[in-house]
Amino acid sequence: MNAPARRTPLYSCHLAAQARLVDFAGWEMPVNYGSQIEEHHAVRRHAGMFDVSHMLALDLTGPDATAWLRRLLANDVAKLRTAGKALYACMLNPTGGVIDDLIVYRLSDNQYRIVVNAGTADKDVQWMRRQIGEMPANVTLTPRRDLAMIAVQGPHAREASWKAFPELRAGSESLPPFSGAQLGDYFVGRTGYTGEDGFEIAVPADKAEAAWAQLLAAGVQPCGLGARDTLRLEAGMNLYGQDMDESTSPLDTGLGWTIDLKDEQRDFVGKTALLAAPATRQVLGLVLEDKGVLRAHMAVFTPDGEGETTSGTFSPTLQRAIAFARLPPGVAAGDTVEVDVRGKRLKARCVKLPFVRNGKALV
Amino acid sequence: MSTIPNDLKYTKSHEWIRLEADGTLTVGVTDHAQAALGDVVFLELPEAGRVVSAGEACAVIESVKAASDIYAPVAGEVIARNDSVTDAPESVNADAYAAWLFKLKPANAGDTSALLDAAGYATEIAD
Repeated sequence: MNAPARRTPLYSCHLAAQARLVDFAGWEMPVNYGSQIEEHHAVRRHAGMFDVSHMLALDLTGPDATAWLRRLLANDVAKLRTAGKALYACMLNPTGGVIDDLIVYRLSDNQYRIVVNAGTADKDVQWMRRQIGEMPANVTLTPRRDLAMIAVQGPHAREASWKAFPELRAGSESLPPFSGAQLGDYFVGRTGYTGEDGFEIAVPADKAEAAWAQLLAAGVQPCGLGARDTLRLEAGMNLYGQDMDESTSPLDTGLGWTIDLKDEQRDFVGKTALLAAPATRQVLGLVLEDKGVLRAHMAVFTPDGEGETTSGTFSPTLQRAIAFARLPPGVAAGDTVEVDVRGKRLKARCVKLPFVRNGKALV
Repeated sequence: MSTIPNDLKYTKSHEWIRLEADGTLTVGVTDHAQAALGDVVFLELPEAGRVVSAGEACAVIESVKAASDIYAPVAGEVIARNDSVTDAPESVNADAYAAWLFKLKPANAGDTSALLDAAGYATEIAD
């Protein structure tokens, strides 16, 4: 028997907005509220909002918090020199596979906020608790299911957020990209998953519906997981479980830039395995030149050997099919390759990621 | 609620079929199917002259989410395809019953009697 689907504090808002609901990692989540493509364009051109309460925020406190995170994560939290700064990082297993990708905010000297994926949240917490015991570290890890999270994204996302919550303006106006701040009841992070500017706002669960209604009144379009997927693909951002998982090295999935080896003294889980196994693949974007749609796990034929797509979709911004492909090292941006699309070999052009940034096509 | 016009026939695989006065069939996908697929972005339709058997996958409809086959409702020969819908795939979402996909000349006129009527299709998608 499957467990009953979990619902976020915004469930009734989704029903009111006539969402089409689907199961996502055990959560009943909106895939769209009508047209996925219109929601996609709303984020590229104006402002959209996503219920991301199914993701889990965790608070980490204690004198060993920094030392422990420097061992837990392949990226180095020592880079977070000022309070509020955020870091994207992979949490690896001892064989160098990706347990999860996450964002960590430094709140103060011994206090961090970590945001992990929904589908991996339970596994992540178990793993983290085990690592606390193994070090052992004087830290406290607190899952924050009492928070709801709304990601407001788009060129007008910040203005719309201030219209909805005027009290946040003073504290968040000068917030640099990839940083966050606690402002009264709200934790505001200037981060996102769409390639646009915006805020990810965490609020106490009992204030979530009011926050959603205020954003709606400020003209922000509700957007579902469908648009979230096309937007993140255009933005060149990996999706856990699709573009990487516990069996893949971050080096083979385009995440080598998140592995920080600068401090040779620093040991982190998975480091030995990564150093012993250099990258065998590179990740490039594909833009389909022929007509059709690219999907995950299509074979890619190149003069240097075969590769495979890991994610693919129709790009509403480019009006063409796009994909991420894991390819042999010899292939370069600008090369033409062939993709097996439902039994036909179609031509695709290799490009550097991302495809789109800040509303502009880059390919 | 999906629209299911009474004057059309249907298949369990979500094609609608209009029986034309000259004995030919016009085929499309139902409103229920387009709603489930989401935004349609690409169609691959069979060429005129192609001979198909009943239930044969003869066209592809792709939404942002996924690709789906479209099946021949009966055996016959494709006599026309709607190129204007391949140029504007979103017209399937706008009006699934106006956006026909191809026309078919049945091999045996009697084959159409096995197709579902509107009530039968409504029962089929009720679950």
